Amino acid sequence: MVRLLALIPLLIAIVFGAFFLWGLNPDRDPSELPSVLISQPAPAFDLPPVPGAGVPGLAQEDLADNDGAVVVNVFASWCVPCRAEHAVLTRFVDEEGVRLFGINYKDQPEDAVAWLENLGNPYERIGSDLDGRAGIEWGISGVPETFIVGSDGTVLFRYVGPVVGDEAVEEFGIALAQARAVPLQGEGS
Amino acid sequence: MIPELGHFALALALGLALVQSVLPLAGASRGNLLWMRSARASSLGQLLFVAVAFAALMRSFVVSDFTVRNVVENSHSLKPMLFKIAGTWGSHEGSLVLWVLILVAFGAAVSLFGANIPERLKARTLAVQAWISTGFLSFLLLTSNPFERVFPPPPDGNDLNPLLQDVGLAMHPPLLYVGYVGFSIVFSFAVAALLEGRVDAAWARWVRPWTLAAWMSLTAGIALGSWWAYYELGWGGWWFWDPVENVSFMPWLLGTALLHSAIVTEKRDAFKSWTILLAILTFSLSLLGTFIVRSGMLTSVHAFAVDPERGLYILMLLALSIGGSLALYAWRAPMMEAGGLFRPISRESGLLVNNLILAAATGTVLFGTLYPLFYEALTGGDKLSVGPPFFNSSFVPMMLPLVFVMGLGPFLSWKRADLGGVLQRLRFVAALSGLAALAVWYVAERGPVLAYLAIFLAVWLLLATLREWGLRIRLAEVPLGESLRRARKLPRAAHGMTLAHAGLAVAIFGFAGSSAWKSEEIVFVTPGSDVSIAGFDVTFEGAKRLNGPNYIADRGTLTVRRDGAFVKTLYPERRSYPVAQSTTTESAIRSTLAGDLYASLAEPASDEASASGAWTLRILYEPLVNFIWLGAVMLFAGGGLSLSDRRLRVGAPKRPSATPAAVAAE
Repeated sequence: MVRLLALIPLLIAIVFGAFFLWGLNPDRDPSELPSVLISQPAPAFDLPPVPGAGVPGLAQEDLADNDGAVVVNVFASWCVPCRAEHAVLTRFVDEEGVRLFGINYKDQPEDAVAWLENLGNPYERIGSDLDGRAGIEWGISGVPETFIVGSDGTVLFRYVGPVVGDEAVEEFGIALAQARAVPLQGEGS
Repeated sequence: MIPELGHFALALALGLALVQSVLPLAGASRGNLLWMRSARASSLGQLLFVAVAFAALMRSFVVSDFTVRNVVENSHSLKPMLFKIAGTWGSHEGSLVLWVLILVAFGAAVSLFGANIPERLKARTLAVQAWISTGFLSFLLLTSNPFERVFPPPPDGNDLNPLLQDVGLAMHPPLLYVGYVGFSIVFSFAVAALLEGRVDAAWARWVRPWTLAAWMSLTAGIALGSWWAYYELGWGGWWFWDPVENVSFMPWLLGTALLHSAIVTEKRDAFKSWTILLAILTFSLSLLGTFIVRSGMLTSVHAFAVDPERGLYILMLLALSIGGSLALYAWRAPMMEAGGLFRPISRESGLLVNNLILAAATGTVLFGTLYPLFYEALTGGDKLSVGPPFFNSSFVPMMLPLVFVMGLGPFLSWKRADLGGVLQRLRFVAALSGLAALAVWYVAERGPVLAYLAIFLAVWLLLATLREWGLRIRLAEVPLGESLRRARKLPRAAHGMTLAHAGLAVAIFGFAGSSAWKSEEIVFVTPGSDVSIAGFDVTFEGAKRLNGPNYIADRGTLTVRRDGAFVKTLYPERRSYPVAQSTTTESAIRSTLAGDLYASLAEPASDEASASGAWTLRILYEPLVNFIWLGAVMLFAGGGLSLSDRRLRVGAPKRPSATPAAVAAE
């Protein structure tokens, strides 16, 4: 019995080692993210509003039929970079009239409301993704992430991490300008 | 020429390490004293050669020798001298040289200062230490030559990442490495004990100072890194549960467990195989950290340049050292006889609870850190990240009972203790802690329940620790002079424990205060704008452009007032480094014990706005945050006091000094 117990650490170490060996595969890039959603319709999801936030919830239908491209931002009050990004997104909304939708990811509603009251609420709609289910559907790897969705509900662009700093804002701005330049699409997807 | 000398010195060190890996071990099994003692010369020789290599590399950085690739990639002629020197360990190769330097320094220190350790154990320990240095020296020479030349040499270097050009961070890696790598010698002691098949109280006593020294450095290194993140990153947080932070934290947690279980082995001859296992696992986690940081296995803000070949080599080293030592453990540990018995309520049990909680907490952090990798492997490519919510909701509640037991533990006597009596003595402490938590609840309007619980436990731990110290010196029971005399006679290890435990209590105030009652404002400001936060009125006076040695800075001027009275002027900066093409924020902090008023300039509000002087300003008030660093200093000082204890210097179970004749007869 003691003998078996003394073997356990070794067995655990071997299992870890096997995972590490797999992880070293040179074709694997941990920072590269599969962007299966690009050019696909936004995934099916239906999120209730954040109680107390004063804006409606968010569902797939809300993205399907808009006059132009819209932005979906995944955020949380516990996420520090989101705070930095908040100012940039607010600027896009205020200065360029972007329509911004939010997915409040794994966040307690009261925390989210306090956060929004503190920083201001640039979001037209916010879905409360308390259990992270919609996050899985969207395939996010963390927060913040920001998507540009075309007028017909097609995901056009994905930005991983905070849209903060000159380079990131420029990249995002260009993608947004291109998405908004696309006329209303009739062909569907 | 000098870089080649450095390279050659590394090769010589590898040669010595190979000899030291075999000869002392053979000597120990055959009783050949000369072979055993060869480890002394070879370990000092290794230190000399690696130090020469390190000095050669440092010289290349100091004189900005741009024929060396490593200098080109990590330095710049305009960089201040301090950061040129720090550039020596700013890259993967350079930091590995530092790693090995510390590794061989610990080996040399054991052969120099370990006069009271029996020859056999010392020879085996140094041989095991040489196995590790063989592994890492060959890794350096085969995959990561720091002295590689470039031709033709470029006119100037690429600059070191500007975020890293900071005094706190220049000192952070050396301290962290002394901690990380310092556990190597404890690992070597453990493997040597397994080879000998004997662990006793004396073994635990010999190992203790090395464990303490490594633990102290790791404490300082982690605290310094967290302090750096706090004032340099401009986010105002001090811990982000980033994978690289976690891998330095795990050896600390397990090292803390090891410190405590070694006490039981020393005093009561119990927990032997557990102590050995902890010694092996603590260093294994250090190695794991080295592997994760250098293999690019996980995404992190800190990672070095990624190279799968290097990752594979380190994984091989890991497999040999961790796998080998755990296999040895599986074979030998069951043969160790169990030591002193104890009752469920006793100091042993208290320390057992400490160890179980720390080990479980380490496991939680390990699981959370590696879960993204496991998930990706098992689902065939899906990715996710594990963030602060996981760690805050699993790790923090786990630590709270630990803090409760920490208050009780020192009151318990060995073998069997009287819990009722202890609780009786602590009833005022408990009442006062409850009152303190209620007072905080009354004063501070909102906060999570966990924060009040943390305040309760911090007060509990602080008062219980002080009460225990007071009882020992019979404070207020006998005249003050007598108490002071008792305090002087008390072993320094006892003072050390009091100071370190109180230090953790102080740090918990900081953790709780700055997490639960932090206030934050992010606003667009133009010259003349006012922001109010936590009772302060902050006025943005404007921003000015300044030139630094290798950067251009925008410096904001903020006037802080409270109730109309002038408090302080703050100058947060945003620096851009043209050569490295990146920007950093230099936050400005008004620091008091009550809390920090923290200001940082984020990007200009927009292009047109920046022309008119508008900026995004982030202002935070972090209550009690300085208690974290104060607590860390107390933990460090407590370790130091304990390290200076007479019993560790003298080595109480001293045997007659091992003369050649005596050993031969043994």
